Amino acid sequence: MVLISTTVDGLSHQEDVEPRLLLVHYLRRSLGRTGTVIGCDTSNCGACTVLLDGLSVKSCTVLAIQADGSDITTIQGLADGGLHPVQKAFRENHGLQCGYCTAGMIMSTVDLLLENPDPSDQQIRDGLEGNLCRCTGYHNIVKAVHAAAAELRTTAEVAAQGAPAGHPEEPGRDRPEDSLMRDVASSGSDVTLSADQPRPGERYRS
Amino acid sequence: MSTDTASRAARVVGQPLRRKEDAHLITGQARWTDNLIVPGLLHMAIARSPTAHARIKSADVSAALEQPGVVAAFTGADLAADYGSLPTAWHVSDDLIVPDHRPIATDEVRYLGDAVAVVVADDAYHAADALEAVEVDYEHLPAVIDIEAALRDGAPLVHADKGTNRAFTWGFAAGDYEAARQHADVVLSRRFVQQRVMPVAMEPRAVMAEPTPATQKFTLWTSTQVPHFVRILMSTMCGIPEQKLRVIAPDVGGGFGGKLNVYAEEAIALAVARRLGRPVKWTASRGEDLQATTHGRDMIQDVEIAATRDGRVLGLKVRLTSDLGAYLQLLTPAVPLLGRYVYPGIYKFEAHDFFCEGVFTTKTPTDSYRGAGRPEATFAIERIMDELAAELGLDPLTLRARNWITHSEFPYTTIAGLTYDSGNYEAATDRAAELFGYDDLRREQAERRQRQDRVQLGIGVSTYTEMAGLGPSRWFGEHGYSVGGWETATVRLLPTGRVEAIVGTSPHGQGHVTSFSQIVADAMGVSFDDVGVLHGDTEVATWGLDTYGSRSLLLGGAAVAEAARQVVDQARVVAARLLEASPDDLEFANGRFSVRGDPEAAKTIRDVAVAAFTAHDLPQGADPVLMAEATFDPDAFSFPSGTHLCAAEVDTKTGFVKVRSYAAVDDVGTVVNPMIVEGQIHGGVTQGLAQALYEQAVYDAAGNLVTGSLVDYLVPSAADVLPYVTDRTETPAMTNPLGAKGAGEAGTIASTPAVVNAVVDALRPYGVTDVSMPCTPERVWRAIHRTPAAAGG
Repeated sequence: MVLISTTVDGLSHQEDVEPRLLLVHYLRRSLGRTGTVIGCDTSNCGACTVLLDGLSVKSCTVLAIQADGSDITTIQGLADGGLHPVQKAFRENHGLQCGYCTAGMIMSTVDLLLENPDPSDQQIRDGLEGNLCRCTGYHNIVKAVHAAAAELRTTAEVAAQGAPAGHPEEPGRDRPEDSLMRDVASSGSDVTLSADQPRPGERYRS
Repeated sequence: MSTDTASRAARVVGQPLRRKEDAHLITGQARWTDNLIVPGLLHMAIARSPTAHARIKSADVSAALEQPGVVAAFTGADLAADYGSLPTAWHVSDDLIVPDHRPIATDEVRYLGDAVAVVVADDAYHAADALEAVEVDYEHLPAVIDIEAALRDGAPLVHADKGTNRAFTWGFAAGDYEAARQHADVVLSRRFVQQRVMPVAMEPRAVMAEPTPATQKFTLWTSTQVPHFVRILMSTMCGIPEQKLRVIAPDVGGGFGGKLNVYAEEAIALAVARRLGRPVKWTASRGEDLQATTHGRDMIQDVEIAATRDGRVLGLKVRLTSDLGAYLQLLTPAVPLLGRYVYPGIYKFEAHDFFCEGVFTTKTPTDSYRGAGRPEATFAIERIMDELAAELGLDPLTLRARNWITHSEFPYTTIAGLTYDSGNYEAATDRAAELFGYDDLRREQAERRQRQDRVQLGIGVSTYTEMAGLGPSRWFGEHGYSVGGWETATVRLLPTGRVEAIVGTSPHGQGHVTSFSQIVADAMGVSFDDVGVLHGDTEVATWGLDTYGSRSLLLGGAAVAEAARQVVDQARVVAARLLEASPDDLEFANGRFSVRGDPEAAKTIRDVAVAAFTAHDLPQGADPVLMAEATFDPDAFSFPSGTHLCAAEVDTKTGFVKVRSYAAVDDVGTVVNPMIVEGQIHGGVTQGLAQALYEQAVYDAAGNLVTGSLVDYLVPSAADVLPYVTDRTETPAMTNPLGAKGAGEAGTIASTPAVVNAVVDALRPYGVTDVSMPCTPERVWRAIHRTPAAAGG
């Protein structure tokens, strides 16, 4: 057993874990954070996506011990009380049906929009290709991402014009790691812990 | 059967209200089965056959029992007396063979993934670890993979005691097909192969069983579309009196037919919980789910069409061979039957000759998959109509218009014997062609052909109909289905004036809570937010026949509307007392009863709720409980229809297919929530497109499931599909009071042939007349190159 310390959705935890314990099982079973779900066993579906120190990872592909000392944000900690603009946009645009992929889809979108605040249709589709949805056909998910991007950009403009930092509905959301993450993203370094998945079509192209 | 309030201005039926379901789903507060924990919970893992077909010489779990955390372990023989055979509910023919199907195999395994033992431990990791210690000695038997080979004399048998792999045969004929064939100028035949696909609901199946040993009562949580079926069938199968079994479908993460079943793991969990007197949970890994959840499609269709030179269709002949897999699951044999009625599509044939066979193989059982038989049938007719158009040199839309049932001809009884109540194929086709830019795309296609472009453009047409709203109980009875087809709802007015509807359908993403709330809000004049909808728990919603076959809104919604109307009638009596008027003199609108001619004298639904509940001054015979239960059993199906048009660019060098644009105009009758309907169409089109281009469950010759993970089985991502252009025409159904026709399966039924027709259309200059699904670059490339006429490009 290994003693690890994590901060999950703002709460600190110390726990002895088996070295083989997956982060998603640590979240779900050890901590009872069942908002993060499991949809596959090969890192294809993205249902288990969380932010690990501000970067999106597939938590089925990270060991709990790798998250030692990390700050983890799950769907349950994305907003304090209210809704994050991405959550709101998924609801407004009918970007979910059964809702099983939704937690992961929203977390990936949050990461995508930090990296690219104004993505095109194609950039959204490419950016979310690691998250599978079987219900929506993705059409309304793409719409939701555009809507969330627009709202986040408006918020950022307001902030840039001297208003208090952070989203008006969620004071303190703009955490230090967000800016760190933007730096990482803009530097192009690849620190994501999830395995690089081939694009589905590439299996045919190669 | 319209309600008293049908004409009031503030109707919410028809509005794209945002879903009530979303709040807990977007915040991670859903209750998926795998989230649930009860005190003393144990975890079970299932040892599965690593081979397609073998005799079990011995199965030994004694070493597994020694593993850390293991509490119990059982072989199939250990639990043989704990349950019966898994049932099939649809006896499609007198010659149907129903093999014994034990939840855990005892003598033989018949597909890769067949259960051979169960291990129960204090922790899911321990249970999974202990599977390694389960020892099963197999004597290998030959795999049975190819359905045509399986039917030949001397083929190895999946069920040796049955003496054949042929599970059933039946046929149907109307009109004189041979005469039609002789009168025809053109007779075209094609073989279409419906590849095997997998439903892949994003939530893998999961089950939790909790016993109360002292009373021998059980609660079973299961990720299912059909909690009521599960309760009845598990009760009989496991010998648990029905009143002692409560089944709950909590939040369910998609189904698509894959959860329209009664599964081995449900029986095993109940058996283990009863043996140990402790709760136990099982959750499938994705790999396990792909092996042990039913697959779909998997048919060979030999189709022949006879027509005149000027493009009038005369006769249609279909020979269907269906791969059932190793056992009959709940509705396995019914899938071809559900298809058989829609093979003639929307066209006026004089003769139809249909015959089908079901075949056992050593693969995962097939069963319903979004559309169940109707997508396959629609594919066959829409593909061969495009082939006929090419043969006759007609535009595919022109050929269809010469043969479809015109708007003025409804109701129309087809050669297959179904009476279509309403439709307007002209309107949908005109609108689709306009949205799609049909003429411009045809011009571009001609230019590319002229230039011998490397990338050719194809246009695929699909003018479909289907039978939805399963379905009339009488029809089920006539066709060997052993359950009814009605649906039921209870509506109750609560003391504070809020309303609760308890429904027998069981949603898993369709938004029933929202749609049913809209219906109740209109019927009772209460606000949308003041309506609650309960479902999916047999202790709360005791009656119901669940969700499949695009039935929930048509039948369940009709029951909700009628129950709400009856509650208003009950409330009217109480309101009359409050207003000191006769019930007949009251008008009801916007949730208010008012005295005719004196609109100031009025009482709201809320006033009535309080008065009824307190019961201080009720009229003689009035009940303080304002509640009504209503059941709706349709006399006939409904028939969604529409026109889907697909433009595909095909790279003739690489065979890569890019769907460039897609327009869908659907007629699902009256719409309760257009946002939800559009979402159903988007998702449905995507699933059908995925069958056309991406998905195939592949078995090798030894019976191994090669596509056993999502690495190998290509569920499309956002990057693989495109935005769709959608619109609706609205021709109300005449077969249910709402006028709704069903939207859950339409998109999937329509899109597969539209996409494949586009691919083939692009390649017509190369002499290509078919590309088998999925139309991967390799298949497309081979289709181009094996054709002698292939040249240029």
